[in-house]
Amino acid sequence: MSTVVDTPRVATMESYFNDLAGALDRALAAGERYVASFCAERTDFVRMNRGKVRQPGHVEQRYLTVRLVKGARHASHTLSLSGDAAVDQAAARDALIGLRSVVVELADDPHLLLPDVVASSRSVRGGALPDTWQLVDTVLDAAKGEDLVGSLAAGPVQRGFANSEGQRNWHEVTTFNLQWSLYLRADKAVKASYAGLAWDRGTFDARMREARDKLSLIARPSRTIAPGAYRAYLAPSAMEEIAGLLHWGGFSARALETRQSALARMRDGARLDPRVTIAEDLAAGVAPDFQAEGFARPARVPLIERGALVGALVSPRTAREFQLAANGANGDEAPESLSMQGGDLPSHDALDALGTGLAIGNLWYLNYSDRPACRMTGMTRFATFWVENGRIVAPAEVMRFDDTLYRMLGENLEALTRETELLLDSNSYGARLLSSATLPGALLRAMSFTL
Amino acid sequence: MPFEGPLPRFDVSADFWSLRFVHETCDSYAVRKNVPLPFAVSTNAGAMASVYVDGGYGYAATADLSPAGLRDALERAARWAHVTARHALIDARTLPRPRPRGDYVSPGFDAPLPTRHEWYDMLLAESREAAIDARIVDWEALVDVVTAMHRFVTSEGGDVTQRHRLLFPSLDVTAHANGDTQRRSLNGQRGICQQGGVEVLARFGFIGSARRVAEEALELIAAPNCPSGRMDVLLMPDQMILQIHESIGHPLELDRILGDERNFAGTSFVTPDMFGSYRYGSELLNITFDPTRPEELASYDYDDEGTRAERTYLIRDGILERPLGGAISQARAGLPGVANARADGWNRPPIDRMANLNLEAGASTLEDMVSSIERGMLMETNNSWSIDDSRNKFQFGCERGRIIENGKLGHVVKNPNYRGISASFWRSLAKVGDASTLQVLGTPYCGKGEPGQTIRVGHASPACVFTDVDVFGGAA
Repeated sequence: MSTVVDTPRVATMESYFNDLAGALDRALAAGERYVASFCAERTDFVRMNRGKVRQPGHVEQRYLTVRLVKGARHASHTLSLSGDAAVDQAAARDALIGLRSVVVELADDPHLLLPDVVASSRSVRGGALPDTWQLVDTVLDAAKGEDLVGSLAAGPVQRGFANSEGQRNWHEVTTFNLQWSLYLRADKAVKASYAGLAWDRGTFDARMREARDKLSLIARPSRTIAPGAYRAYLAPSAMEEIAGLLHWGGFSARALETRQSALARMRDGARLDPRVTIAEDLAAGVAPDFQAEGFARPARVPLIERGALVGALVSPRTAREFQLAANGANGDEAPESLSMQGGDLPSHDALDALGTGLAIGNLWYLNYSDRPACRMTGMTRFATFWVENGRIVAPAEVMRFDDTLYRMLGENLEALTRETELLLDSNSYGARLLSSATLPGALLRAMSFTL
Repeated sequence: MPFEGPLPRFDVSADFWSLRFVHETCDSYAVRKNVPLPFAVSTNAGAMASVYVDGGYGYAATADLSPAGLRDALERAARWAHVTARHALIDARTLPRPRPRGDYVSPGFDAPLPTRHEWYDMLLAESREAAIDARIVDWEALVDVVTAMHRFVTSEGGDVTQRHRLLFPSLDVTAHANGDTQRRSLNGQRGICQQGGVEVLARFGFIGSARRVAEEALELIAAPNCPSGRMDVLLMPDQMILQIHESIGHPLELDRILGDERNFAGTSFVTPDMFGSYRYGSELLNITFDPTRPEELASYDYDDEGTRAERTYLIRDGILERPLGGAISQARAGLPGVANARADGWNRPPIDRMANLNLEAGASTLEDMVSSIERGMLMETNNSWSIDDSRNKFQFGCERGRIIENGKLGHVVKNPNYRGISASFWRSLAKVGDASTLQVLGTPYCGKGEPGQTIRVGHASPACVFTDVDVFGGAA
């Protein structure tokens, strides 16, 4: 069973998409424009529990969103496609024709903004991966004797764009994303991951070995930490959860303009530590270089520099509404390739620098306690340890933190690690995402725990 | 069409197979700041093939609904089942092979709906009513109308068709002043979601509500922060649904208890030995899995594994009786369960989910409950939720609070939050509201699973009082 299987009726997914666009071109009437975005994947999903296979399967899906524009009126239709080129071209054409009768009923949209230049692009990354079942065999063999639970997703993901002006964009990435945990008992476990474009057995073995080694630390009697403030080291995977919460409108221009962003006070002068520099950095991740309306995405959008908010993610609609310059954001104005600059603390010195406190491998289920104050709460999860004099003493029982970003990455930030880690988003709600975050670890002088 | 009529014959070399067809359309109408957002429609159709071979199980999802496409999907699923059989967690030969027969139709499935013009006119009218003050900085009124057809066919002769019409209206207003921002909504972020037609709007007073919601947003901007301390809380239904969802629903999911979700959504503090004897809450706590309430979001006749759905007590008089586990989980655990194996679409396999999970009404009027509290806080409309991966230590926040002192409602406070531990919190349930306090709400956004799934869940709850709760407000 292969992760890359060409459907016989489709030469390549890219040519299939270009033919769909051709059908839309032919269906267009005078005075009409269209934009079309395409999202597809062929994914092997294998879910594992207790060192066995729980649910193995394969998903093939293709979705096309066609937006018909006439003057300043427009409407869209998103439809699933079968993979049969002739059937799907007819469906796309019917969708466009169906929108024709809708658009005439609608009012002009004062916030419509479409690109005025044609910016075609093409990117194909990653090749054939090993047979998915071989990977599963490798994983289960490597975890023999352990209570492994996790999932593997592997295969190509495609994004496309076309419009009536002749712009064509294609982005295809073939990746794997293995997320697993080794459980000792109850909620005591080590979380690990291995994701990328090319499977390297040596890298996987090293990560599995590291996870197994940590299990011996988890086996020690755990310690319950009383509520209070403690020194803390947040590993990059814990920082990912904090960055993830900021995706909820934190860097959105629309949320900043309407004062709903958790970072809105940074517009009034609130600052993080000067060592905090964050950008949307296309080169750091696997996201496409175009967005759903066809605007090209710049290589880098500075968001926070030296602790100050300097930018935001601006979608075309927000640009028109608030008279801003669009900068390649999609409608949700969430980062897709967030990148935070590292500091000067070597990662291997992080525990020494922590001294006595909590080493937090993962955080979990973050939300805001007070969004305007950027006060957030969440739980520790997986490998979180109590450390004394730079040495791990005991695994810590799960703790709830409740603190503000301005304290954690402001007055209480002691150091950022020199090394950053690329973390590919493993979320697959509806479709596999092409988001990522590149983050350092953070050493905090104090972090508040409440429960 | 695979959604009606006989299917072609499939010669699949398998012990058992099923095809689950899903066809959904969604019409989205929205008006933000008095500007209609562009109309959007989606059409999503496909099929999930599931096959048991040699003790293994495999699935394959396809949007190619031609006979050849379905045959390909069945064969691919069979190959998965075959090659994974030797590592299978579950011996598929021990699993039920359902042959359900039936039809389900939402109330008012065929009733006429407003035209596009009428939807936009209604939403525009609400939007304009919200713009009452310069401090109102954002507002939106929207409705999503979903029509869903599901058909489940099995190699044993099962054939079930279920048709749903779902309405998701939403209205929210954001106010900003003096460095603070407060958002007020009608029953939360998509808390209003039911089966049916326009009557859903009337049930919640949607039309004509925008001005009140805007006034409450302004009231919150001027309100003091919620005080801190241990006190009684009176949780209104649009917060109770979140409390039920996170600290009863998720911990009772049998696949979590069996460990399937430990790498992602988490485990549970509930263990198999607790069923039948564990005191989950006070004797006032009665929780049902109820797929029979017609207007509730997740009412249906059969789940996605073909198990007949019936109203069932999960917790009775505070004692834990059974988990939320579908037929496969029941077979694995040796425990009784309910018909809750559900998938969020054609491209995901069924897993144990909540459906309609309700807290049964009690005997107290709202006035009784307020007057019973010497010092406390009424909280309404969830806006923040966080709980540990065992579903025990939680912290939840609401949009709006009201002080209760000496049995009387006092002034409004902003940022009301509370925290607790599931295992002890429900034992502090002191009063359960009567039917006059009950609302049938839900959420379309329950996330879980690898690969990820976002399922629609219904919750009906009355207002409830809990004693000696750790309450606190906002600000740094």
